[in-house]
Amino acid sequence: MSTAPAPAPEPASLEVSGLAYAYPDGHQALFGVDLTVARGQRVALLGPNGAGKTTLVLHLNGILTAGAGRVSVGGLPVSPPHVAEIRRRVGIVFQDPDDQLFMPTVAEDVAFGPANAGLRGAELDARVHEALRTVGMADAAHRPPHHLSFGQRRRVAVATVLAMRPEILVLDEPSSNLDPAARRELADILRGLDVTVLMVTHDLPYALELCPRAVILSDGVIAADGPTRTLLCDAELLRAHRLELPFGFDPHAVALPDA
Amino acid sequence: MHVPDGFFNAPVSVAAGAVAVAAVAVSLKGARRELDERAAPLAGLVAAFVFAVQMINFPVGAGTSGHLMGGALAAILVGPYTAVLCLSVVLMLQALLFADGGLTALGINITLLGVVAVLVAYPLFRLLARTLPRRRSSLTAAAFAAALVSVPVAAMVFTLLFALGGTADVPIGAVFAAMTGVHTAIGVGEGVITALAVGAVLGARPDLVHGARGLRAPLVLRNAAGEETEVPAAGTERAPSPARSVRPLWWGGLAATVVCAGFLSFYASSELDGLERVATDQEIIQQAEDSRTADSPLADYGVEGLDDARLSGGLAGLIGVTATLATGTGVFLLARRRASHRDAEARASHGDGRD
Amino acid sequence: MGAGHAHALYRHGRSPVHRLPAHCKIVALSAFVLIVVATPREAVWAFGAYAGLLTAVAAAARVPPGFLLRRLLIEVPFVAFAVLLPFIAEGPRVEWLGLSLSESGLWSAWNILAKGTLGVAGSVLLAATTELRDLLLGLQRLRLPSLLVQIAAFMVRYLDVVAGELRRMRIAQLSRGHRPRGLRQWSTPARTAGALFIRSYERGERVHLAMLSRGYTGTMPVTRTRTAGRTQWAATAALPGVALAVCLMGWTL
Repeated sequence: MSTAPAPAPEPASLEVSGLAYAYPDGHQALFGVDLTVARGQRVALLGPNGAGKTTLVLHLNGILTAGAGRVSVGGLPVSPPHVAEIRRRVGIVFQDPDDQLFMPTVAEDVAFGPANAGLRGAELDARVHEALRTVGMADAAHRPPHHLSFGQRRRVAVATVLAMRPEILVLDEPSSNLDPAARRELADILRGLDVTVLMVTHDLPYALELCPRAVILSDGVIAADGPTRTLLCDAELLRAHRLELPFGFDPHAVALPDA
Repeated sequence: MHVPDGFFNAPVSVAAGAVAVAAVAVSLKGARRELDERAAPLAGLVAAFVFAVQMINFPVGAGTSGHLMGGALAAILVGPYTAVLCLSVVLMLQALLFADGGLTALGINITLLGVVAVLVAYPLFRLLARTLPRRRSSLTAAAFAAALVSVPVAAMVFTLLFALGGTADVPIGAVFAAMTGVHTAIGVGEGVITALAVGAVLGARPDLVHGARGLRAPLVLRNAAGEETEVPAAGTERAPSPARSVRPLWWGGLAATVVCAGFLSFYASSELDGLERVATDQEIIQQAEDSRTADSPLADYGVEGLDDARLSGGLAGLIGVTATLATGTGVFLLARRRASHRDAEARASHGDGRD
Repeated sequence: MGAGHAHALYRHGRSPVHRLPAHCKIVALSAFVLIVVATPREAVWAFGAYAGLLTAVAAAARVPPGFLLRRLLIEVPFVAFAVLLPFIAEGPRVEWLGLSLSESGLWSAWNILAKGTLGVAGSVLLAATTELRDLLLGLQRLRLPSLLVQIAAFMVRYLDVVAGELRRMRIAQLSRGHRPRGLRQWSTPARTAGALFIRSYERGERVHLAMLSRGYTGTMPVTRTRTAGRTQWAATAALPGVALAVCLMGWTL
């Protein structure tokens, strides 16, 4: 799936070091984040509300500019000269699909990214169709986004990003507001993708189901990094960072699909 | 206040259309500067907000309610250029999709509700915000005054246009008194709501109020042990506030608007009133002239221009439209100068990712 | 408020009027309304002819008369103004049912009512036969500055979202006992407006981030256009063409 110009021996999909940032209103959200994600890995970024997860995500494709520290994607540093290529490589699926689907129809929305990259005509149509088929939404191509259910909109949002053939897929709270069926459908789609995934969430079972590795972002720094099951079994650690397993959920007892 | 078709004659509708086009052209350049490439989505959302806000009714008493026009509010929150664009788009779509406001009156509606309201409210707000002590309550008070004044001034300009090309033969003095009186009352409502709304935004996201600028604290690095070190902010210094250099523009705009709206319409109303009374006394001449020109293809505009009063009305019309166009051109030229100035400034201090 | 493709006034259909390109319809309507406004008010018959023309368009578009008439209610405030005119206008007076009415005031009232009504009816017909998406594409075809078209497109896309937020805020207020009444209650709608602005603006920021993330650099990629053939222009020119003839006759007869 990933057709990124294969850079020399295995640069990590994502490399973040010493990243710090404060918003213009003075609020500082990141205090020196270090994180490396190897190609093809699926990593869960866990953390309580306000830990700086979304802020970190916005640094990955150069929307926010680091106050200190650096980020690189597939070996390419995130900096103004590379910003177009970086944004093609990093596909961010935002939390609210209404923010992501801003065009009048589903097809136009999915076409937005590749069209910005210069694709036109039949090639563009093919790309749009392929992305929509991957998420099982090919039939909805000509419908306006807000006529879709929430789960469908989330899947279309994933398609809008897949259409750009990204190096790394970044999902911000992918399971929020989904009913159990839509949640499972999305998980099936994500598992089938051959792409590096960084999944930002506080839905711990979903993280365990999809991501072998997890990191905990708390108060603007990475507080823990390890196999997802190990982290989730450390009750002390979870409590220290305001993370909680749902009632009755036992991470020991879960049989993982592909771990 | 959405004027329908047929209220104003064709020449005034077209002239107002030209003013609106010029104002939108200026604003298109300006908005790019206020919001850079975020202009489209942000202005679109603000336009949707203005549209929605016009649906919020506030009780005026006696069982009736008014609604916000939003010109002053939009100008204070997102800046004058973006505000003009938002209001223009709202009015255009209201005319095209909801048949609210006539298509030929679109220029008039944009001029009154967009351009005049913004040109009055924004400079007044800036002026007060700069003169009053630096407190949040001052900004709220400035917002109140700006919105309060903008509504009756728009009504005065309406009266002026009506004197120039209204299709009804109503004593202009009466129109002026009625419009200004009613709209001063409406302006109080607009002012209170605008002030409270601006206050609410100041409380929650002060950085979103176009006029208010926040201070930045230095970045802090914290390691796993919780020790903190400060980093000197690199290249995040804000560009020097452009507001200072804009000041002459807004002073000029304010002065021009006041001249146009207040003095000219006052002049027009009192003079026309007097002249019309004279004309009525000389009814015979008037009727003779009327019948003489009834066949002329210009009869309809001619109705506005044939007896003494109307001749002077036409003259006043010429003066008024020229003045309005001159104002528009002046603002445009000033904005151009400001644009090149700011371009230079932006080139000099490039590199703030988020602003 | 409408939703997406459709909107409050849109009536789905496959009539010849629906099929015409939006930019042709906008041009034709603007020309028609301008001609109507420029017609001398004394040519009463001309307005009858205009009404006839619009009726013909409505019939061709299969827009029911009831729908059209209901929508004309938007004019009511100005009807009130027009009704006042004969009483307050100056000039020679006529006696009617014991009322002293100004002759020119009567003409003005007729002028505003006739032209205003024709204008609203024309706009309603345009709105009833044109999808939102096509209307925006039409404005784009007419060389409206692209930034303006984009703003309009975003406004249309998010109108429902913003209105929905406003509705939820109101329900939340009502369910906590807020009663919109009296002068002292002004602060609630004002705070609502403030909160709504923040929500709208922040959504705008998020939308912009989502756009940037997919390579937006300030211009929308154009992937779909619709051009008009000569026959379509000719078909749309019929309305203003006939109206122009009527108008000229109004001036000369």
